[in-house]
Amino acid sequence: MLAFAAKRTALALLVATAVSIIAFTLLRLSGDIAIAIAGEGARSEDIAMVREAYGLDRPLIVQYLEWLFKTLQGDLGQSIFFKTDVGTLIMAKLPTTLKLGLFSILFALTLSIPLGVLAAVYAGSIIDRIALTIAVAGQALPNFFFALCLIIVFSIQLRWLPVSGSGTWKHFVMPTIALGYYVTPPIMRLVRAGMMEVLSSDYVRTARAKGLSPGSVIFKHALRNALVPVVALTAVQLGFLLGGSIVVETIFALDGLGYLAYQSITHKDFPITQAVLLLLSATYVFLTLLSDLANAWLDPRIRMS
Amino acid sequence: MFSFKSCSVALAVALLSATSIPAYAQKSENTVRFAYNQVPENIDPFFNSVRIGVIIGQHVWDTLVFRDPATGEYKPNLATSWEWIDDRTLEMELREDVTFHNGDSFSADDVVYTLNYVSNPDNKSVTQQNVNWIENVEKIGDYKVRIHTSKTFPAAIEYLSGPVVIHPGKYYEEVGPQGMNTAAVGSGPFKVVSHDVGQQVVLERNENYWNENKQVPNIERLIIRFIPDQQTQAAELMSGGIDFIMNVPVDQAQQMGMMPNLNVKSGETMRIVFLQMNSLENTPAEPLKDLKVRQAINHAIDRETMVAQLVGEGARVIDVVCFPSQFGCSAEQATTYEYDPEKARALLAEAGYGDGFSLDIYAYRERQQTEAMVNYLREVGIDANLRFMQYSAFRDANRSGEVAMSHQTWGSFSINDVSANTPVFYKFEADDVNRDEEVRDLLQTGDTSVDPEKRKEVYEKALGLISERAYAVPLYSLTSYYATAEGLEFQPYPDEIPRFWEMEWK
Repeated sequence: MLAFAAKRTALALLVATAVSIIAFTLLRLSGDIAIAIAGEGARSEDIAMVREAYGLDRPLIVQYLEWLFKTLQGDLGQSIFFKTDVGTLIMAKLPTTLKLGLFSILFALTLSIPLGVLAAVYAGSIIDRIALTIAVAGQALPNFFFALCLIIVFSIQLRWLPVSGSGTWKHFVMPTIALGYYVTPPIMRLVRAGMMEVLSSDYVRTARAKGLSPGSVIFKHALRNALVPVVALTAVQLGFLLGGSIVVETIFALDGLGYLAYQSITHKDFPITQAVLLLLSATYVFLTLLSDLANAWLDPRIRMS
Repeated sequence: MFSFKSCSVALAVALLSATSIPAYAQKSENTVRFAYNQVPENIDPFFNSVRIGVIIGQHVWDTLVFRDPATGEYKPNLATSWEWIDDRTLEMELREDVTFHNGDSFSADDVVYTLNYVSNPDNKSVTQQNVNWIENVEKIGDYKVRIHTSKTFPAAIEYLSGPVVIHPGKYYEEVGPQGMNTAAVGSGPFKVVSHDVGQQVVLERNENYWNENKQVPNIERLIIRFIPDQQTQAAELMSGGIDFIMNVPVDQAQQMGMMPNLNVKSGETMRIVFLQMNSLENTPAEPLKDLKVRQAINHAIDRETMVAQLVGEGARVIDVVCFPSQFGCSAEQATTYEYDPEKARALLAEAGYGDGFSLDIYAYRERQQTEAMVNYLREVGIDANLRFMQYSAFRDANRSGEVAMSHQTWGSFSINDVSANTPVFYKFEADDVNRDEEVRDLLQTGDTSVDPEKRKEVYEKALGLISERAYAVPLYSLTSYYATAEGLEFQPYPDEIPRFWEMEWK
């Protein structure tokens, strides 16, 4: 188990490093950052000044290593646009994003577990089909489109919910649904598959034979076991959610990390983009690692293979 | 970022079916809620480079000079009179009865501190072009100052009527730009009540506003919210969450115009559009060195039709590379090229390109307009291809000489003087792809002379030469669309600064 954990951790670190290198390179490939920072009216001298001031005239590898070195020391640098410390900015925006991520995953679980159970219990029936449709729609609809549909129905027509902002709990309802719905399908399918497998297993048959009520069989015996892999998947999906919040936060003007990332991309504020990407990818890698380890711990077959 | 066609369609369907929206929601509150898509990094006008910063600047602060948008005339504002005592010294008398929002009285000290602070490069104002012409400011009396310029700078008055606002000196010295951002103090028609960075700015009218050029606002409160997504802004407007949006895309504006409870208005902007043609020795398109080819291209494009069908109401065709209201922008000596594809083909044949040639057009905004131009060029036999990219990438390519032809636009930062426009492209700066010495010298004379008549004369001549030598195809001015809740009275201006102090709920 220890060897497995060490191997996985090393792999996770490699992934995080690779992501940071790719992000760094992509940012530089998207056009000359100095020109973008200097703005429309800048003359060549201004651009040269910006290039020098931010050290953009040095070789890319030097810039990357410097960033990496400082980051490892906990210094994420200064925002070019906001002129404040990147770490402070991120800490200020983090609560909104965490709140949104948490609400969304709770929403996804409350939707996907009952749906998955129903689909498995009534496999092949119309209920199964409906659950499948909901799942497919969730995966097929891009979340920006779904978000706009929600706005049309709940804000413009019914006038129940505010369109944008983050002032009250009402402001979080649509973003939560838009974001949470996106991760519902994989969880639901896993619950369904797990339930189907467990329901046809010997111990469930035994439980039924003992004369236990169907409810007790499904919830006490079957679901508990079917949920084990779901826990791991949920962790991975939470990482996804934090990344997906860039689009959702921008649409609903929620002042979180995703919105900050969007702004930093439009302003070519690379210290922020870099830091947010690092944070998101590190979270994702960490959650994936956690789920790998959890799976391995729960199921010895994984760590043997 | 998210201007997805499919969503516009879905929204359109929704808007057409949306019913019974409670109009005048904010009328009783006498509040206007305005949404803008960019966040200013700091609301101190010298420390942000976004348009909303200029808008906030005009509402919270005052300038030394006022430019009457109707006549273009410069009027006394914080300064009661001014005079150039030599080519580089501007002397100004100041008003004596002005108070800032915090109760401080206005005097020469405020002008001296503000301008000396922001023009000092060490203080890193982000809008250097607005202040780097100021060498220093000297106090002559309690209400009299002298502004020394670092070079002969005739456009100084224009800058002093636009982006260069005056802060309360003592307060500014205490809190600096960061403090100004969190608790802004000016002397303008609105006071800042709160600034929730990245979210909103709440303004309240200044009941004791002194200025006859502007006025005590009709509305009591102005809330500026930052909403990045255009569709979200539209949805907020339709659901009654906000009252005023600007820069609405043309297709969305048309759909909103059909809604009974919304008003859509368009207004001309100072942003001009032109095709820039690289005629330098090393141009990527050899044929562009030939005057006849450049003339042919001028004849090939139907500007009138483009304005009528693509650009929108309020736009007008231009014959010179500047905006008509800018000082020195004269088309008196311009050569005009009417739309005449036959003539274009004939000119191409004369130049030896009867079989056409291929040409890449670089562009970075209003893509459908570039596509129309591509088609016009193909009609006369030029095999034009669109290269659409981000502004910074385009600019990079243009400056390194890789671009033969580009769909350029220029907003002059709303500066109403030709020196902020034409010289950028024709005075041997990085964006000059023609490098005509005669044009350069004329522009240089215009930029550095303080005699208005002389300036007019040389600018007119330079603009005439540029069109005669067909270095560009001057196209048209752009428009901007505004959408408001019904009942909100307002008038758009070409400088794209909405005047909230004039607005009123009817």
